[in-house]
Amino acid sequence: MWRIEVALRAGITDAHGNAVRKQIIEDLLIDVESVQSLNIYTIDANFTQKQVISIAKDLLTDPITQVVKINESFKRPFSVAIEVGYKPGVTDNVAATAIEGIEDLLGIKFPEDGSVHTSKLYLITGSVTRDDAEKICVGLLANPLIEHYQIWQTGDDIQATVKKVTALSRSTKFDPKVAEVDLDVSDEELLEISRKGVLSLNLAEMRIIRDYFKDERVKAEREKVGLSTRPTDIELEMLAQTWSEHCKHKIFNATIEYTEGEKTEKIESLFKTYIRKATEEIAKKKDWLVSVFVDNAGVVDFDGEHNMVFKVETHNHPSALDPYGGAVTGIVGVNRDPMGTGIGAELIFNTDVFCFGPPDFPYEQLPASVLHPKRIFKGVRKGVEDGGNKIGIPTVNGAILFDEAYVYNPLVYCGTGGLMKKEINGKPSHVKTVNPGDLIVMVGGRIGKDGIHGATFSSVALDEGTSSAAVQIGAPIVQRKMQDALREAREMDLYRAITDNGAGGLSSSVGEMSEFCGGCEVDLEKAPTKYAGLQPWELWVSESQERMTVAVPPEKIDAFMDLCRRRDVEATVIGTFANTGKVHVKYDKKTVLYLDMDFVHEGLPGLELTATWRPTLEQEPEYAADGHTEDLTNDLTNDITKELNDALMNILGSFNVCSKEWVIRQYDHEVQGGSVVKPLVGMANDGPSDASVIRPLVSSKRGIVVSNGINPKYGEIDTYRMAASAIDEAVRNIVAVGGDPERVAILDNFCWGNPILSEANPDGDHKLAQLVRATKGCYDTAVGLGTPFISGKDSFHNEYRLENRTIAIPPTLLISAMGVIGDVEKAVTMDAKKAGDIVYVLGETHDELGGSHFYMLSGVKGNRVPKVDTNEALALYKSLHTAIEKGLVASCHDCSEGGIAVAAAESAFAGGLGMMIDISKTPASEATEGVRVLFSESNSRFIVTVSPENAQAFEAAMAGRTFAAVGEVTQEGRFTATGHGGTALIDASIDELKEAFKAPLRW
Amino acid sequence: MTNNLNNTLRNNPRNNLRNNLSNKSGDKPRVLVLLAAGINRDKDAQDAFTLAGAEAERVHINDIADGTKHLADYQILMLPGGFSFGDDIASGKVLANKLKYKLKDDLLQFIADGKLILGVCNGFQVMVKLGMLPGIDGDYMRQDVTLTNNDSGKFEDRWVNLKVNPESKCVFTRGIEKGIYVPICHGEGKFIPRDDEVLTRLQENGQVVVRYVDETGEFGTYPVNPNGSVAHIAGICDETGRIFGMMPHPENYIQRTQHPNWTRKDLPDEGDGLAIFKNAVEYVKREL
Repeated sequence: MWRIEVALRAGITDAHGNAVRKQIIEDLLIDVESVQSLNIYTIDANFTQKQVISIAKDLLTDPITQVVKINESFKRPFSVAIEVGYKPGVTDNVAATAIEGIEDLLGIKFPEDGSVHTSKLYLITGSVTRDDAEKICVGLLANPLIEHYQIWQTGDDIQATVKKVTALSRSTKFDPKVAEVDLDVSDEELLEISRKGVLSLNLAEMRIIRDYFKDERVKAEREKVGLSTRPTDIELEMLAQTWSEHCKHKIFNATIEYTEGEKTEKIESLFKTYIRKATEEIAKKKDWLVSVFVDNAGVVDFDGEHNMVFKVETHNHPSALDPYGGAVTGIVGVNRDPMGTGIGAELIFNTDVFCFGPPDFPYEQLPASVLHPKRIFKGVRKGVEDGGNKIGIPTVNGAILFDEAYVYNPLVYCGTGGLMKKEINGKPSHVKTVNPGDLIVMVGGRIGKDGIHGATFSSVALDEGTSSAAVQIGAPIVQRKMQDALREAREMDLYRAITDNGAGGLSSSVGEMSEFCGGCEVDLEKAPTKYAGLQPWELWVSESQERMTVAVPPEKIDAFMDLCRRRDVEATVIGTFANTGKVHVKYDKKTVLYLDMDFVHEGLPGLELTATWRPTLEQEPEYAADGHTEDLTNDLTNDITKELNDALMNILGSFNVCSKEWVIRQYDHEVQGGSVVKPLVGMANDGPSDASVIRPLVSSKRGIVVSNGINPKYGEIDTYRMAASAIDEAVRNIVAVGGDPERVAILDNFCWGNPILSEANPDGDHKLAQLVRATKGCYDTAVGLGTPFISGKDSFHNEYRLENRTIAIPPTLLISAMGVIGDVEKAVTMDAKKAGDIVYVLGETHDELGGSHFYMLSGVKGNRVPKVDTNEALALYKSLHTAIEKGLVASCHDCSEGGIAVAAAESAFAGGLGMMIDISKTPASEATEGVRVLFSESNSRFIVTVSPENAQAFEAAMAGRTFAAVGEVTQEGRFTATGHGGTALIDASIDELKEAFKAPLRW
Repeated sequence: MTNNLNNTLRNNPRNNLRNNLSNKSGDKPRVLVLLAAGINRDKDAQDAFTLAGAEAERVHINDIADGTKHLADYQILMLPGGFSFGDDIASGKVLANKLKYKLKDDLLQFIADGKLILGVCNGFQVMVKLGMLPGIDGDYMRQDVTLTNNDSGKFEDRWVNLKVNPESKCVFTRGIEKGIYVPICHGEGKFIPRDDEVLTRLQENGQVVVRYVDETGEFGTYPVNPNGSVAHIAGICDETGRIFGMMPHPENYIQRTQHPNWTRKDLPDEGDGLAIFKNAVEYVKREL
């Protein structure tokens, strides 16, 4: 065993150490003087001293900045020293690269029974106690679920050794075991079997499975292949995976008895009745839908020659347990959806939306088992950086929301868009075919115990004892290699169909592909593993990352395997597709799983659920005629301008609205060269863009527009309007930058608590009613705006059990939108361009402060959530789009959180210009004036600036729509808003406003 | 050298085929855009060279190592950006070692033949870890400088202004008098020379090609110098000026709409970065 320590030379800035020091001081409030970081490589292999010296010097050390020691420590001074490394079995990407580097360097094959392990050593000085060190480990440096750490104090001799991972070495012998499970038991025992095995199957499902194995035909057929009447563990696991909420969307397909007031109705599947139905209605009028709801991602036309592909996933539970690993796997996982759509798309953009607890949440209120929101935020951000940047996909759009409701259950939405030629090798690229006799090939990473039970795990609430088996670290480079190789294979026509290994692992990917031909035969022992000791059922359901399953025609297998070999990508034939009607899995020639395809895919009984809508009436503040917010604040000053200035600053500086530049800059949004409207725009590249425009083909001016809409605050009051608002927001963001309102496709992404009523979940029926209302809102708004759903995702059970309480997230619906812009050179950004330009407000303002940021300042919810008039909205969007296409619009900014005040202020300071607006000119419904006009969050509105010479043409283009000129862009750097009779409501310098906007997350 | 190239082409039927194709499309310089695990700005580089009038092909390193493709068939080698091997251990290190142990002779021959090599971001990191840059005294396999963690400790995507050294012999930046505005996207871009002697030598030799400045052309601290590079150095060339590496991404500003402020400004259709690729193409047409 060799231990190699690599340290920085004296005088070289330790950027990593400094960053850790900053976090210890700022996040953990522990005062430390300095932090040095050292890289440790522990090599367990039979190398000579000379070989190890070469490894240390020629591979692991930079001769300009670093020095190295072998089997001894640097003996630099420290108050405490902390070493952190991954636990055995956790993916260690640096170690894998080191092994490859050693092979290149020494020109040898790395010994099969050898290993490399990496760790970080931190030497900390200052008055730091051992307790502090423990806090630094648990609170910042190590996640005990996946990492181990060691602490030394002054005077200790650092002699860390990594526990040898013999149990998991690949050469270790083990006996595969397949257990039989007796289902001929009582109901209680059936449920116990489900619970103990994390199968997440309910009693009705367990009974149907039991009855299937009692069927005489089934018994006879099983006997022929050597199986008993009892199911094997792997059979039960496959059924649990395939029938999981995650894979089968049982709640969305349930029959629901829905009661609202006096009225009760029966809904056969929310998905079919509202989501798919909306798309079916819209499809009658739109000809650009290509493949919806049937594949890993939705597919729509881009330019007649290419299709666009889009999918958004959630990765909530894993990110709560290990934010970094959870987010990496979230990103690389959703990458594989477009990659596994049709015969595979090129990946062209990522989008991420996060919901976290507030970064300043008091530590003392946090249960020990829950990571602090700031840590989750930073870990997730880092994960997205590594997942997105390393794979080389620009992260072009996103949102980050903060609310105490997400302290226990953070939400991590990751989305990826792709582009594919409509025809590849003369065949439509969005169609999958599999012929009996095609070989089943697993490509990419190997299988480990990581990620076992991800699909069923996502269907249970987290609690204080949740295990880490469902958490894994992604290996972006392994995936990028696979992606490159599969692109070549696709162009060479070497495979017929492809799908990803995500939830449920091989059991899902092979199971789904088998549906195209009617069966499969798998030899599971051929599946390559990271280490020995995986039981057949584990091989079958493990969700280890970076794997795709492809169907390769036998005559092309040699070429396919040769290509993979030449690209250093592992590919293994693990079986054959068949038309036997059976999923047939063998291990070492012995049958371990034999199930009817029909039963696996169609045998699941539907759920029957009840939903009851029980709305609550909230306090609704009233205002005095002069705009004073009398019942909102007790320490009323008489200076209304100061009060409203403060309100605007506070909203701009709230975590939800404030600049996310700190995050955005750490994501690569330039890679692939398509960036047209970036996430940050304006004079100083720091204004918040409404949507991103990318130009995927350098030779064409046609662009793709990406945006999102989400507002859980509205859902706390009414989920119908939340859904309508989210769709409208996503669409108007697309329109704001120049996207065509008639070419917008959307994705729905529901994150909810547990909506199934039970004794333990007494308001389950209300949560389900909230879901019903949300899907109704989805249907009405999508049909009204003509924006079809093309794919979606749902995640229930976002709950945390803490002692006797269950804490659920508020209903959260993310709408992600993808649109088209005919000519990217017509795109518009949100920053005011020139003094003298006229400021317009488009769309009508109503008294709709329910769930608004203005109310939130006073901790009030209100009731009047913004509604959507889809006829008005669509007409406005079309007119605005025409004006933008004619080049009449200088800037356009979506009006949402914080209303007109925030949108206009952002437009001004992003342009480095002042702005004067008279809000008494704003088109508003009756009884809406003063403060309500400034801060109401009514949907379907924009702040637009137009140069005076274009004003007439602009007004002509907008004729018949609700809009008004309300002010002017000015040279002086002040933002002013006046009310009736010229009362000054807001008067602030744009520098101050911008500083308020930028300060909170400048970390 | 011309003889060698011709022999190689004649002896390899695949090359003859491609040679014919190439003749058909005129005498476009041929660019090999190197692909390896984790390289991800290969398409960007290919687009830039294509717009500049070259014929750019993405070629996997293993295809060169096993003789399927020949470096000698190309006049320009492009080492694109990305995260080769995940930037594990140190950015560019593992790919540098691969080039050293698998393609050393091909590379040295390529350089000896007077051809051009451009490395951007991770490509630049690979070049300095290999020693191909600065290539002091013509030794292309000795590391004298490095690129390491940004002082900020963060990966950053931001646009920077670069000043081109008019004294530089770099063929890629010839004639570029006004500054270049391009994005950086890196976490390890801080340039550090081995010692003052190396730095002085680079400066005296005209090997310092581009430096970070503000919009008025003055040097500054973060974020003007986005990573804390010694002497504000953003890119260097070898002693011949034919091998050039830089951290910022000229390939990501080749068209007007890539500029972050294009909606505010009157800008030419061509981005600042394209000139670098055009210079390379013209050099090959003129000299090779």
